[in-house]
Amino acid sequence: MSDTILEIKNINRTYRDEDNMVEALKDINFSIKEGEFVSIIGSSGCGKTTLLRLIAGLDKSQSGEILLHGKKITEPDPQRGYVFQQGSLFEWLTVENNIAAGLRARHIYKENRHKVSEYISLIGLNGFEKAYPHQISGGMAQRVAIARALINDPEILLLDEPMGALDSFTRADIQDKLLEIRKMNHATMILVTHDIDEALYLSDRIVIMTPRPGKISEVVDVNIPHPRHRGGTEFLAERRKLLERFHLAAAQPQPEYNI
Amino acid sequence: MSEAEKTKDDKPIKKKGNLKFILTIIFTISGFAAAITANLLIPQVSEKVKMEVYQFGPIDATMNNAYTWVLDTLIVLYTVIGVFSYFKKERRKKYRSRAPFRFAVGIALALWDFLGTKIQVLPQPFFPGPAGIIEAFLIEGDYIIQNTLYSLRLFSVGFLLGIIVGVGTGILIGWFPKVYYWVSPVLSITGVIPAVAWMPFALTLFPTPFSAAAFLIVICTWFPVASLTASGIKSTPKAKFEAARTLGGKTPYLVFHVAIPHAMPQIFTGIETANAFSFTTLVMAEMMGQPGGLGYYINAAKVWSAYYKVFAAIVVMAVLFSLITWLVGLIKSRVLRWQRGLLK
Repeated sequence: MSDTILEIKNINRTYRDEDNMVEALKDINFSIKEGEFVSIIGSSGCGKTTLLRLIAGLDKSQSGEILLHGKKITEPDPQRGYVFQQGSLFEWLTVENNIAAGLRARHIYKENRHKVSEYISLIGLNGFEKAYPHQISGGMAQRVAIARALINDPEILLLDEPMGALDSFTRADIQDKLLEIRKMNHATMILVTHDIDEALYLSDRIVIMTPRPGKISEVVDVNIPHPRHRGGTEFLAERRKLLERFHLAAAQPQPEYNI
Repeated sequence: MSEAEKTKDDKPIKKKGNLKFILTIIFTISGFAAAITANLLIPQVSEKVKMEVYQFGPIDATMNNAYTWVLDTLIVLYTVIGVFSYFKKERRKKYRSRAPFRFAVGIALALWDFLGTKIQVLPQPFFPGPAGIIEAFLIEGDYIIQNTLYSLRLFSVGFLLGIIVGVGTGILIGWFPKVYYWVSPVLSITGVIPAVAWMPFALTLFPTPFSAAAFLIVICTWFPVASLTASGIKSTPKAKFEAARTLGGKTPYLVFHVAIPHAMPQIFTGIETANAFSFTTLVMAEMMGQPGGLGYYINAAKVWSAYYKVFAAIVVMAVLFSLITWLVGLIKSRVLRWQRGLLK
C-alpha cells in the first residue's frame, strides 16, 4: 500500500502573460503513495489546477518531470482518469454512451460493454441511461463524468473541482460516492478543491499551495479514521487547526517582486 | 416529461366539444364544397374558353371535371385528417387552428375559377383559371412527370455531391490551420459568386449539359456547407478534446467523435441554406441550357405563350421543393435529436 505511485520532481511552469512572466508553479516536489487520497487546496491562482493538468499530461512544464511508476508522463493516458469541473460531457451522447466513450475511444467496447451498466448502477443513475446531458441535473452530470473516467480502470483519478459548481447537499452526496468507490477499487485519487471541509472529509493528506509563485507551502496529514462525521469533534478540531494553518499560510509575507 | 403530457392529453374530451369539432370539419371542407358548387352551377360566360375532352381509358373528362376531382380529393383528404384528429386533443387543436385558412383556400379557388375561367376577366393568357392549370396535366402529364424526374435527378446528384464535398473540405479547413490559411480565402471569394455565373464555363468544361448543371449545384451547395462545417469544427471547446484525450481518444476519435458531432448543428444549418440556394441554381441552370427539367419546361411553354403550363410547372416545384425541404428537416431532427428540449 505504501509504494510510491507518483513522483513530482522540480516542476516549474511559467506562462507569458502579455509582457510579464507569470510563475504558475515553482519548484514543486511531491510524491504520492498508492491508494492515497490527496487533496490540493489553495486560493485561486495558486497553480493547483495547472499541477493537476501536468499530472494528466494535458500541459507541459518548462523543467522537472512527473513520474508514474518511474515512467515520465508526456501525454494524456486513460491510466490517469480526469474529472473536469463542468461541461465536459459530450452533449450529443446519451448518459450510457458518455460512460462508454472511453471504451469506444480505445476500441475495447465490444468485449467490455457489460461494464457500462455496472457503472451506471454504481453512480445510481439507473433509468437515465438514454437521457442526454442537458436533461439531467448538474450533480448527475458530474457523477456521469466520474463514471466515464472510472470505466477505464485508471490507476489514478484526477479530480479538478468536480463538485465546485454544485449545491452543498449534492456535493456531500458525491463526496460519499467517491469514498465508496475508493473503498471498492482502492484507486489513488488527487482532488483539487478550494473547499477545506471537502478536503478534510475525503483526504489522507492535504497539500496547501500559495500563489505568486505557485508553490507548496505545507502538507498536512489527516489522521481521522473513516467513516468521518462532518460534525464530529475530531473533525471539527482538525478543521480548526487547518483553518489556523491556512490562515497563517496566507498571512506569510508576500515575496517581493524583484523582476 | 412525456408522462405528464400523456395524462394531460388523455383527459376525456367533453361531449359538447365533440359536436363543435365535427362542425369544424364541416366548416373546413365547406370552402372546397363551395368551389365545386360554383364550378357546377355558374354557367360558362366567356366564350373564349374551349372545353376539350380528354380520355382516360373509359372516362371522358374536361378540365372542369378534373378540377372538381381535385377538389373532391381535397375534401376527402381534410375529412380523413379531421377524423384522425378527432381522437387526440393536441391534433384537434392543430386542425381547429388551420380550419379558417383551409376554408379561405376553398373560397379563393371559387373566386379564381369565376374570374379566371367562367367570365375570364383576368388578362389572358397570363392568368389562367385553376381548371386551366390542371388542363396542362391532362394534356401532357407524362411529359411533366418526365421533366420533374429530370429535375429531381439533377438536384439529387448535385446536392448530395455538394454536401459530401462541402463537409469534407469543411472538416479539413476546420481541423488543419494550414488548410484554413490557404483554402478559406478562396472559399470566401468564390463563395459569394452566384453559381450560375459559371454556366458558360461549366458548359465548355463538362461533357454533358447534365454534368455541367450538376457541377453548378455542387458549387452552390459546397460553399455554405463547407464554411459552416469549418466554423462548427473550429468552435469545438478545448475541454471536449481534453476530456476525450484523457479517456484514451487519439486524433481520429477527436475528429469523428468529438469535432464532427459538435459541428453537426452548424453542418445542418449549412445544408438548409444550401438547399434553398440549390433550388434557385437548379431552375436557372435548366432555363439556360438543359434538355429537360422543370426550368426547361417553363422556358419551352413560355415560347408558346402557354402560361397555364408555366403555372403547372410552378405548382409542381412548390410541391417538390416543399417535400425536399421537409425531408431535410426530418433528417435534421433525427440526427440532432440530442438537442430536443435544449433549444426553443
